[in-house]
Amino acid sequence: MPLRFDPVLARGPVMMILEREENLSLLEGLHGAYNVQLESFEGPLDLLLHLIRKNELDVRDIPIATITRQYLDYIQLMKELNLEIAGDFLLMASTLLHIKSRMLLPQQDDEVHDEDEGDPRAELIRRLMEYQQYKEAGMLIGARALLGREVFKRPDTGETNCEVPGHDDPVELDLFSLVDAFKDLLARIPVESFHEVAPAETFSIADSINEILALLQERDMVSFDVLISEEQTRERVIVSFLAILELCRLKLIRIFQHGDTGHIWFVPAVADSTADDSSEADEFDTNCTSNLE
Amino acid sequence: MPISLKAIIESLLFTADAPMSLDRLCDMLEDHGRDEIRSALRELAEMYASREGGIHITEVAGGWQFRTRADLQQYVQRHVKSRPVRFSQSALETLAIIAYRQPVTRSEIEYLRGVDSGGVLKSLLEKKLVRILGKKDIPGRPIIYGTSRDFLEVFGLKDLKGLPTLKEITALDDVPLFEQQDELPLDGSSNSVEKQDQLEL
Repeated sequence: MPLRFDPVLARGPVMMILEREENLSLLEGLHGAYNVQLESFEGPLDLLLHLIRKNELDVRDIPIATITRQYLDYIQLMKELNLEIAGDFLLMASTLLHIKSRMLLPQQDDEVHDEDEGDPRAELIRRLMEYQQYKEAGMLIGARALLGREVFKRPDTGETNCEVPGHDDPVELDLFSLVDAFKDLLARIPVESFHEVAPAETFSIADSINEILALLQERDMVSFDVLISEEQTRERVIVSFLAILELCRLKLIRIFQHGDTGHIWFVPAVADSTADDSSEADEFDTNCTSNLE
Repeated sequence: MPISLKAIIESLLFTADAPMSLDRLCDMLEDHGRDEIRSALRELAEMYASREGGIHITEVAGGWQFRTRADLQQYVQRHVKSRPVRFSQSALETLAIIAYRQPVTRSEIEYLRGVDSGGVLKSLLEKKLVRILGKKDIPGRPIIYGTSRDFLEVFGLKDLKGLPTLKEITALDDVPLFEQQDELPLDGSSNSVEKQDQLEL
Protein backbone atom coordinates (compact mmCIF):
# COMPACT_ATOMS: atom_id res chain seq x y z
CA MET A 1 0.00 0.00 0.00
CA PRO A 2 1.59 3.26 -1.07
CA LEU A 3 2.17 5.81 1.65
CA ARG A 4 2.69 9.46 0.97
CA PHE A 5 5.79 11.51 1.72
CA ASP A 6 4.98 13.90 4.50
CA PRO A 7 7.68 16.19 5.85
CA VAL A 8 5.26 18.45 7.68
CA LEU A 9 5.84 18.30 11.36
CA ALA A 10 6.75 21.65 12.80
CA ARG A 11 8.38 20.56 15.97
CA GLY A 12 10.73 17.83 16.96
CA PRO A 13 12.01 15.05 14.75
CA VAL A 14 10.26 14.67 11.45
CA MET A 15 8.24 11.57 10.90
CA MET A 16 8.35 10.52 7.30
CA ILE A 17 5.82 8.33 5.62
CA LEU A 18 7.78 6.99 2.73
CA GLU A 19 6.95 5.97 -0.78
CA ARG A 20 7.37 2.34 -0.24
CA GLU A 21 8.55 1.38 -3.71
CA GLU A 22 11.11 4.10 -4.13
CA ASN A 23 12.59 4.09 -0.70
CA LEU A 24 12.54 0.46 0.09
CA SER A 25 16.26 0.43 0.65
CA LEU A 26 16.01 3.30 3.12
CA LEU A 27 13.33 1.49 5.03
CA GLU A 28 15.36 -1.65 5.05
CA GLY A 29 18.32 0.34 6.20
CA LEU A 30 16.33 1.62 9.14
CA HIS A 31 15.37 -1.89 10.05
CA GLY A 32 17.36 -3.11 12.96
CA ALA A 33 19.87 -0.30 12.61
CA TYR A 34 18.65 1.30 15.78
CA ASN A 35 15.53 1.81 17.83
CA VAL A 36 14.19 5.27 17.21
CA GLN A 37 12.32 7.07 19.96
CA LEU A 38 9.49 8.93 18.30
CA GLU A 39 8.39 11.96 20.20
CA SER A 40 6.60 13.88 17.54
CA PHE A 41 3.14 12.96 18.69
CA GLU A 42 1.95 13.27 22.22
CA GLY A 43 -0.49 10.45 21.84
CA PRO A 44 -3.29 9.06 19.70
CA LEU A 45 -5.38 12.21 19.90
CA ASP A 46 -2.44 14.26 18.73
CA LEU A 47 -1.86 11.85 15.87
CA LEU A 48 -5.50 11.96 14.85
CA LEU A 49 -5.47 15.73 14.84
CA HIS A 50 -2.42 15.63 12.62
CA LEU A 51 -4.10 13.27 10.19
CA ILE A 52 -7.22 15.40 10.16
CA ARG A 53 -5.22 18.53 9.41
CA LYS A 54 -3.11 16.86 6.81
CA ASN A 55 -6.18 15.74 4.95
CA GLU A 56 -7.73 19.16 5.45
CA LEU A 57 -10.76 17.67 7.08
CA ASP A 58 -13.22 19.23 9.41
CA VAL A 59 -12.81 17.66 12.80
CA ARG A 60 -16.54 17.93 13.34
CA ASP A 61 -17.26 15.62 10.43
CA ILE A 62 -14.44 13.17 10.00
CA PRO A 63 -14.71 10.37 7.45
CA ILE A 64 -14.12 7.55 9.85
CA ALA A 65 -13.06 4.99 7.26
CA THR A 66 -10.30 7.16 5.81
CA ILE A 67 -9.00 8.25 9.17
CA THR A 68 -9.01 4.74 10.54
CA ARG A 69 -7.10 3.43 7.56
CA GLN A 70 -4.44 6.14 7.81
CA TYR A 71 -4.16 5.72 11.53
CA LEU A 72 -3.62 1.98 11.18
CA ASP A 73 -1.06 2.58 8.42
CA TYR A 74 0.77 4.80 10.82
CA ILE A 75 0.80 2.24 13.57
CA GLN A 76 2.03 -0.31 11.08
CA LEU A 77 4.84 1.98 10.05
CA MET A 78 5.82 2.56 13.65
CA LYS A 79 6.04 -1.17 14.10
CA GLU A 80 8.22 -1.54 11.06
CA LEU A 81 10.55 1.16 12.24
CA ASN A 82 10.83 -0.57 15.60
CA LEU A 83 9.30 2.36 17.38
CA GLU A 84 7.71 1.86 20.73
CA ILE A 85 3.97 1.95 20.51
CA ALA A 86 2.28 3.01 23.70
CA GLY A 87 -0.78 1.05 24.69
CA ASP A 88 -2.82 4.21 24.29
CA PHE A 89 -2.25 4.11 20.55
CA LEU A 90 -3.53 0.59 20.29
CA LEU A 91 -6.52 1.39 22.41
CA MET A 92 -7.39 4.20 20.03
CA ALA A 93 -6.98 1.88 17.07
CA SER A 94 -9.61 -0.44 18.48
CA THR A 95 -11.83 2.52 19.34
CA LEU A 96 -11.66 3.71 15.75
CA LEU A 97 -12.49 0.28 14.42
CA HIS A 98 -15.39 0.04 16.81
CA ILE A 99 -16.78 3.36 15.67
CA LYS A 100 -16.30 2.38 12.06
CA SER A 101 -18.22 -0.84 12.55
CA ARG A 102 -21.07 0.97 14.23
CA MET A 103 -21.25 3.40 11.32
CA LEU A 104 -21.65 0.47 8.98
CA LEU A 105 -24.68 -0.88 10.79
CA PRO A 106 -28.03 0.13 9.35
CA GLN A 107 -29.66 3.05 11.16
CA GLN A 108 -32.84 2.21 13.06
CA ASP A 109 -35.05 5.23 12.64
CA ASP A 110 -38.47 4.40 14.07
CA GLU A 111 -37.46 2.33 17.05
CA VAL A 112 -36.18 3.72 20.27
CA HIS A 113 -32.48 3.14 20.59
CA ASP A 114 -31.23 1.18 23.55
CA GLU A 115 -28.54 3.69 24.13
CA ASP A 116 -29.23 7.17 22.92
CA GLU A 117 -26.19 7.03 20.67
CA GLY A 118 -26.80 9.35 17.81
CA ASP A 119 -23.61 9.68 15.85
CA PRO A 120 -21.15 6.97 16.90
CA ARG A 121 -18.33 9.42 16.24
CA ALA A 122 -19.72 11.98 18.64
CA GLU A 123 -17.63 11.16 21.66
CA LEU A 124 -14.42 10.93 19.69
CA ILE A 125 -15.10 14.25 18.01
CA ARG A 126 -15.78 15.85 21.34
CA ARG A 127 -12.57 14.46 22.75
CA LEU A 128 -10.58 15.64 19.77
CA MET A 129 -11.92 19.15 19.99
CA GLU A 130 -11.36 19.34 23.69
CA TYR A 131 -7.84 18.01 23.37
CA GLN A 132 -7.13 20.48 20.62
CA GLN A 133 -8.23 23.30 22.89
CA TYR A 134 -5.83 22.32 25.61
CA LYS A 135 -3.05 21.63 23.21
CA GLU A 136 -3.36 25.12 21.81
CA ALA A 137 -3.76 26.59 25.26
CA GLY A 138 -0.51 24.88 26.17
CA MET A 139 1.22 26.42 23.18
CA LEU A 140 -0.14 29.83 24.03
CA ILE A 141 1.09 29.79 27.58
CA GLY A 142 4.35 28.31 26.41
CA ALA A 143 4.80 31.29 24.13
CA ARG A 144 4.62 33.79 26.96
CA ALA A 145 7.73 35.45 28.33
CA LEU A 146 8.76 32.84 30.89
CA LEU A 147 10.74 33.45 34.03
CA GLY A 148 14.12 31.89 33.46
CA ARG A 149 13.82 31.98 29.69
CA GLU A 150 13.00 35.47 28.46
CA VAL A 151 12.64 37.30 31.71
CA PHE A 152 14.81 37.10 34.81
CA LYS A 153 14.62 38.12 38.40
CA ARG A 154 17.35 39.10 40.78
CA PRO A 155 19.23 35.94 41.76
CA ASP A 156 19.08 34.79 45.38
CA THR A 157 21.75 36.51 47.41
CA GLY A 158 22.27 33.85 50.04
CA GLU A 159 24.90 34.27 52.69
CA THR A 160 28.33 35.03 51.34
CA ASN A 161 31.32 34.81 53.66
CA CYS A 162 33.67 37.36 52.24
CA GLU A 163 36.79 36.74 54.21
CA VAL A 164 39.76 37.84 52.25
CA PRO A 165 42.70 35.88 53.61
CA GLY A 166 45.78 37.85 54.51
CA HIS A 167 48.55 37.38 52.05
CA ASP A 168 50.91 36.03 54.65
CA ASP A 169 48.50 33.69 56.28
CA PRO A 170 48.50 30.08 55.29
CA VAL A 171 45.64 29.32 52.98
CA GLU A 172 43.86 26.04 52.90
CA LEU A 173 44.69 24.48 49.63
CA ASP A 174 42.47 23.42 46.81
CA LEU A 175 43.29 20.51 44.63
CA PHE A 176 44.58 22.44 41.66
CA SER A 177 47.12 24.41 43.62
CA LEU A 178 48.38 21.16 45.03
CA VAL A 179 48.69 19.65 41.60
CA ASP A 180 50.53 22.74 40.37
CA ALA A 181 52.98 22.57 43.24
CA PHE A 182 53.48 18.93 42.58
CA LYS A 183 54.12 19.61 38.92
CA ASP A 184 56.77 22.17 39.82
CA LEU A 185 58.43 19.73 42.13
CA LEU A 186 58.41 17.02 39.55
CA ALA A 187 59.94 19.36 37.02
CA ARG A 188 62.92 19.82 39.28
CA ILE A 189 63.78 16.17 39.15
CA PRO A 190 65.71 15.22 36.04
CA VAL A 191 64.03 12.73 33.77
CA GLU A 192 65.88 9.49 33.77
CA SER A 193 67.35 8.65 30.44
CA PHE A 194 67.22 4.96 31.07
CA HIS A 195 64.56 2.85 32.53
CA GLU A 196 65.22 0.53 35.41
CA VAL A 197 63.19 -2.56 34.97
CA ALA A 198 63.91 -4.01 38.37
CA PRO A 199 63.90 -1.21 40.88
CA ALA A 200 66.16 -1.74 43.83
CA GLU A 201 63.48 -0.98 46.30
CA THR A 202 59.81 -0.67 45.67
CA PHE A 203 58.27 2.19 47.51
CA SER A 204 54.57 1.72 47.89
CA ILE A 205 51.98 4.27 48.83
CA ALA A 206 51.60 2.52 52.16
CA ASP A 207 55.26 3.03 52.85
CA SER A 208 54.98 6.66 51.98
CA ILE A 209 51.99 7.11 54.21
CA ASN A 210 53.83 5.61 57.13
CA GLU A 211 56.80 7.83 56.47
CA ILE A 212 54.70 10.94 56.41
CA LEU A 213 52.81 10.04 59.55
CA ALA A 214 56.07 9.30 61.34
CA LEU A 215 57.40 12.70 60.34
CA LEU A 216 54.22 14.36 61.58
CA GLN A 217 54.65 12.76 64.94
CA GLU A 218 58.06 14.31 65.37
CA ARG A 219 57.15 17.77 64.21
CA ASP A 220 53.97 19.80 64.11
CA MET A 221 54.20 20.68 60.50
CA VAL A 222 55.91 19.06 57.60
CA SER A 223 56.83 20.84 54.44
CA PHE A 224 56.19 19.21 51.11
CA ASP A 225 59.77 19.94 50.07
CA VAL A 226 61.12 17.95 52.98
CA LEU A 227 59.66 14.83 51.54
CA ILE A 228 61.34 15.35 48.27
CA SER A 229 65.07 15.54 48.54
CA GLU A 230 67.28 15.60 45.55
CA GLU A 231 67.97 11.92 45.59
CA GLN A 232 64.40 11.11 45.04
CA THR A 233 63.34 9.39 41.88
CA ARG A 234 60.25 10.44 40.01
CA GLU A 235 58.63 7.31 41.24
CA ARG A 236 59.09 8.30 44.85
CA VAL A 237 57.80 11.78 44.22
CA ILE A 238 54.68 10.45 42.60
CA VAL A 239 54.10 7.91 45.32
CA SER A 240 54.52 10.57 47.97
CA PHE A 241 52.02 12.77 46.25
CA LEU A 242 49.48 9.98 46.10
CA ALA A 243 50.13 9.25 49.76
CA ILE A 244 49.36 12.85 50.63
CA LEU A 245 46.12 12.72 48.69
CA GLU A 246 45.14 9.51 50.39
CA LEU A 247 45.91 10.92 53.82
CA CYS A 248 43.83 13.93 53.00
CA ARG A 249 40.95 11.77 51.84
CA LEU A 250 41.18 9.80 55.05
CA LYS A 251 41.04 13.13 56.85
CA LEU A 252 44.27 12.39 58.65
CA ILE A 253 46.08 15.49 57.47
CA ARG A 254 45.29 19.01 56.36
CA ILE A 255 47.18 20.81 53.67
CA PHE A 256 48.09 24.49 53.59
CA GLN A 257 49.91 26.69 51.19
CA HIS A 258 51.86 29.72 52.32
CA GLY A 259 50.46 32.79 50.62
CA ASP A 260 53.75 34.35 49.66
CA THR A 261 56.26 31.62 49.24
CA GLY A 262 53.88 29.08 47.86
CA HIS A 263 55.37 26.38 50.04
CA ILE A 264 53.05 23.61 50.92
CA TRP A 265 52.73 22.32 54.43
CA PHE A 266 50.68 19.69 56.05
CA VAL A 267 49.57 19.15 59.57
CA PRO A 268 47.79 16.34 61.29
CA ALA A 269 44.05 16.84 61.18
CA VAL A 270 42.28 17.27 64.47
CA ALA A 271 40.27 14.16 65.32
CA ASP A 272 36.93 15.84 66.01
CA SER A 273 36.94 18.21 63.06
CA THR A 274 33.84 20.16 62.16
CA ALA A 275 32.28 20.00 58.74
CA ASP A 276 34.21 23.10 57.66
CA ASP A 277 37.53 21.69 58.63
CA SER A 278 37.19 18.55 56.65
CA SER A 279 35.67 20.29 53.67
CA GLU A 280 38.88 20.53 51.76
CA ALA A 281 39.55 16.93 52.49
CA ASP A 282 36.24 16.19 50.81
CA GLU A 283 37.47 17.94 47.72
CA PHE A 284 40.19 15.37 47.29
CA ASP A 285 37.88 12.85 45.88
CA THR A 286 40.55 11.12 43.91
CA ASN A 287 40.35 7.77 42.30
CA CYS A 288 43.52 6.55 43.94
CA THR A 289 42.96 3.08 45.09
CA SER A 290 44.54 2.51 48.40
CA ASN A 291 47.43 0.09 48.41
CA LEU A 292 47.26 -0.26 52.11
CA GLU A 293 47.38 -3.82 53.16
CA MET B 1 18.14 62.94 51.95
CA PRO B 2 14.36 62.89 52.31
CA ILE B 3 12.82 59.45 52.40
CA SER B 4 9.91 59.04 50.05
CA LEU B 5 7.43 56.19 50.19
CA LYS B 6 8.44 55.27 46.68
CA ALA B 7 12.05 54.89 47.77
CA ILE B 8 11.05 52.63 50.62
CA ILE B 9 8.91 50.43 48.41
CA GLU B 10 11.64 50.31 45.81
CA SER B 11 14.20 49.08 48.32
CA LEU B 12 11.80 46.47 49.67
CA LEU B 13 11.06 45.12 46.22
CA PHE B 14 14.73 45.06 45.38
CA THR B 15 15.63 42.84 48.32
CA ALA B 16 12.59 40.58 48.24
CA ASP B 17 12.98 36.94 47.25
CA ALA B 18 9.51 36.63 45.79
CA PRO B 19 6.88 38.97 44.38
CA MET B 20 5.54 41.22 47.14
CA SER B 21 1.84 41.64 47.44
CA LEU B 22 0.10 44.87 48.28
CA ASP B 23 -1.10 43.29 51.52
CA ARG B 24 2.42 42.48 52.53
CA LEU B 25 3.61 45.97 51.81
CA CYS B 26 0.75 47.37 53.86
CA ASP B 27 1.72 45.14 56.76
CA MET B 28 5.27 46.32 56.61
CA LEU B 29 4.46 49.98 56.17
CA GLU B 30 1.86 50.50 58.85
CA ASP B 31 2.22 54.23 58.86
CA HIS B 32 0.96 54.52 55.34
CA GLY B 33 -2.52 53.90 54.01
CA ARG B 34 -3.35 51.23 51.50
CA ASP B 35 -4.34 53.66 48.78
CA GLU B 36 -1.20 55.65 49.36
CA ILE B 37 0.96 52.57 48.98
CA ARG B 38 -0.94 51.41 45.95
CA SER B 39 -0.49 54.65 44.08
CA ALA B 40 3.17 54.87 45.08
CA LEU B 41 3.61 51.38 43.62
CA ARG B 42 1.89 52.40 40.40
CA GLU B 43 4.03 55.48 40.07
CA LEU B 44 7.13 53.43 40.70
CA ALA B 45 6.15 50.89 38.06
CA GLU B 46 5.44 53.63 35.55
CA MET B 47 8.72 55.30 36.32
CA TYR B 48 10.60 52.13 35.53
CA ALA B 49 8.56 51.47 32.42
CA SER B 50 9.13 54.90 30.98
CA ARG B 51 12.86 55.19 31.60
CA GLU B 52 13.65 52.61 28.90
CA GLY B 53 15.85 50.76 31.32
CA GLY B 54 16.66 47.08 31.58
CA ILE B 55 14.37 46.26 34.47
CA HIS B 56 10.69 46.70 35.09
CA ILE B 57 8.44 46.25 38.06
CA THR B 58 6.07 43.51 36.92
CA GLU B 59 2.79 42.55 38.51
CA VAL B 60 2.91 38.80 38.84
CA ALA B 61 1.58 36.04 41.12
CA GLY B 62 -0.47 38.48 43.15
CA GLY B 63 2.46 40.75 43.87
CA TRP B 64 5.16 42.95 42.39
CA GLN B 65 8.66 42.03 41.38
CA PHE B 66 11.68 43.44 39.60
CA ARG B 67 12.27 41.61 36.35
CA THR B 68 14.42 42.14 33.30
CA ARG B 69 12.81 43.18 30.04
CA ALA B 70 11.90 40.29 27.78
CA ASP B 71 13.61 41.75 24.74
CA LEU B 72 16.95 41.73 26.51
CA GLN B 73 16.75 37.98 26.79
CA GLN B 74 19.77 37.16 24.65
CA TYR B 75 22.08 39.25 26.80
CA VAL B 76 20.82 38.21 30.16
CA GLN B 77 20.56 34.55 29.25
CA ARG B 78 24.26 34.29 28.57
CA HIS B 79 25.12 35.82 31.87
CA VAL B 80 22.77 33.90 34.10
CA LYS B 81 24.28 30.72 35.44
CA SER B 82 21.30 28.39 35.42
CA ARG B 83 20.12 26.62 32.28
CA PRO B 84 17.22 28.19 30.44
CA VAL B 85 13.80 26.94 31.31
CA ARG B 86 12.25 24.62 28.72
CA PHE B 87 8.87 22.99 28.50
CA SER B 88 7.89 20.04 26.37
CA GLN B 89 4.57 19.89 24.59
CA SER B 90 3.31 17.31 27.07
CA ALA B 91 4.25 19.52 29.98
CA LEU B 92 2.47 22.50 28.44
CA GLU B 93 -0.66 20.52 27.59
CA THR B 94 -0.83 19.07 31.06
CA LEU B 95 -0.24 22.45 32.66
CA ALA B 96 -2.98 23.95 30.54
CA ILE B 97 -5.42 21.24 31.54
CA ILE B 98 -4.63 21.63 35.20
CA ALA B 99 -4.67 25.42 35.02
CA TYR B 100 -8.07 25.59 33.39
CA ARG B 101 -9.76 22.67 35.05
CA GLN B 102 -8.41 22.63 38.55
CA PRO B 103 -9.16 20.87 40.74
CA VAL B 104 -8.57 17.91 38.48
CA THR B 105 -7.59 14.27 38.97
CA ARG B 106 -4.97 12.32 37.11
CA SER B 107 -7.48 10.15 35.29
CA GLU B 108 -9.34 13.23 34.11
CA ILE B 109 -6.07 14.60 32.76
CA GLU B 110 -5.34 11.31 31.05
CA TYR B 111 -8.76 11.15 29.49
CA LEU B 112 -8.36 14.61 28.02
CA ARG B 113 -4.86 13.97 26.70
CA GLY B 114 -5.46 10.43 25.58
CA VAL B 115 -2.15 9.27 27.09
CA ASP B 116 -0.62 8.19 30.35
CA SER B 117 0.40 11.29 32.27
CA GLY B 118 2.12 9.95 35.36
CA GLY B 119 5.58 11.00 34.28
CA VAL B 120 4.61 14.53 33.32
CA LEU B 121 2.68 15.01 36.53
CA LYS B 122 5.59 13.87 38.60
CA SER B 123 7.93 16.22 36.81
CA LEU B 124 5.57 19.17 37.21
CA LEU B 125 5.14 18.39 40.88
CA GLU B 126 8.87 18.29 41.35
CA LYS B 127 9.22 21.64 39.64
CA LYS B 128 6.55 22.89 42.04
CA LEU B 129 4.43 24.21 39.20
CA VAL B 130 1.63 21.89 40.21
CA ARG B 131 0.51 21.07 43.70
CA ILE B 132 -1.73 18.56 45.41
CA LEU B 133 -4.96 20.11 46.57
CA GLY B 134 -6.32 17.10 48.34
CA LYS B 135 -8.34 14.01 47.54
CA LYS B 136 -11.59 13.72 45.69
CA ASP B 137 -14.46 12.33 47.68
CA ILE B 138 -15.29 9.46 45.36
CA PRO B 139 -14.36 5.77 45.48
CA GLY B 140 -10.63 5.37 45.25
CA ARG B 141 -10.09 8.85 46.73
CA PRO B 142 -7.90 9.99 43.85
CA ILE B 143 -5.56 12.91 44.32
CA ILE B 144 -6.65 16.26 42.92
CA TYR B 145 -4.19 18.69 41.43
CA GLY B 146 -4.00 22.41 40.90
CA THR B 147 -1.43 24.93 39.79
CA SER B 148 0.86 26.59 42.30
CA ARG B 149 2.04 30.10 42.98
CA ASP B 150 5.29 29.29 41.22
CA PHE B 151 3.27 28.50 38.11
CA LEU B 152 1.95 32.07 38.11
CA GLU B 153 5.46 33.39 38.66
CA VAL B 154 7.07 31.40 35.89
CA PHE B 155 4.35 32.13 33.35
CA GLY B 156 4.12 35.79 34.25
CA LEU B 157 0.49 35.70 35.31
CA LYS B 158 -1.05 38.04 37.81
CA ASP B 159 -3.61 35.41 38.71
CA LEU B 160 -5.45 32.55 37.04
CA LYS B 161 -7.84 34.97 35.40
CA GLY B 162 -4.87 36.14 33.36
CA LEU B 163 -4.98 32.94 31.35
CA PRO B 164 -6.39 33.36 27.84
CA THR B 165 -10.03 32.32 27.93
CA LEU B 166 -10.86 29.02 26.30
CA LYS B 167 -13.28 30.78 24.00
CA GLU B 168 -10.41 32.78 22.55
CA ILE B 169 -8.60 29.56 21.96
CA THR B 170 -11.46 27.93 20.12
CA ALA B 171 -11.64 30.98 17.88
CA LEU B 172 -8.10 30.21 16.79
CA ASP B 173 -9.35 26.87 15.64
CA ASP B 174 -10.88 28.49 12.58
CA VAL B 175 -7.41 29.26 11.35
CA PRO B 176 -5.45 26.28 12.58
CA LEU B 177 -1.96 27.32 13.60
CA PHE B 178 -0.21 24.71 11.54
CA GLU B 179 -1.66 25.90 8.29
CA GLN B 180 -0.09 29.30 8.72
CA GLN B 181 3.30 28.02 7.71
CA ASP B 182 4.50 27.60 4.17
CA GLU B 183 5.20 24.29 2.58
CA LEU B 184 8.55 23.09 3.79
CA PRO B 185 11.14 22.48 1.10
CA LEU B 186 11.87 18.82 0.74
CA ASP B 187 15.55 19.14 1.51
CA GLY B 188 14.67 20.08 5.04
CA SER B 189 16.30 23.49 4.99
CA SER B 190 13.89 26.06 6.31
CA ASN B 191 13.64 28.91 8.74
CA SER B 192 9.93 28.60 9.03
CA VAL B 193 10.26 25.69 11.40
CA GLU B 194 11.67 27.94 14.09
CA LYS B 195 9.20 30.68 13.35
CA GLN B 196 6.38 28.27 13.88
CA ASP B 197 7.34 28.01 17.50
CA GLN B 198 7.34 31.70 18.17
CA LEU B 199 3.69 32.40 18.58
CA GLU B 200 2.85 35.99 19.25
CA LEU B 201 0.35 36.33 22.03
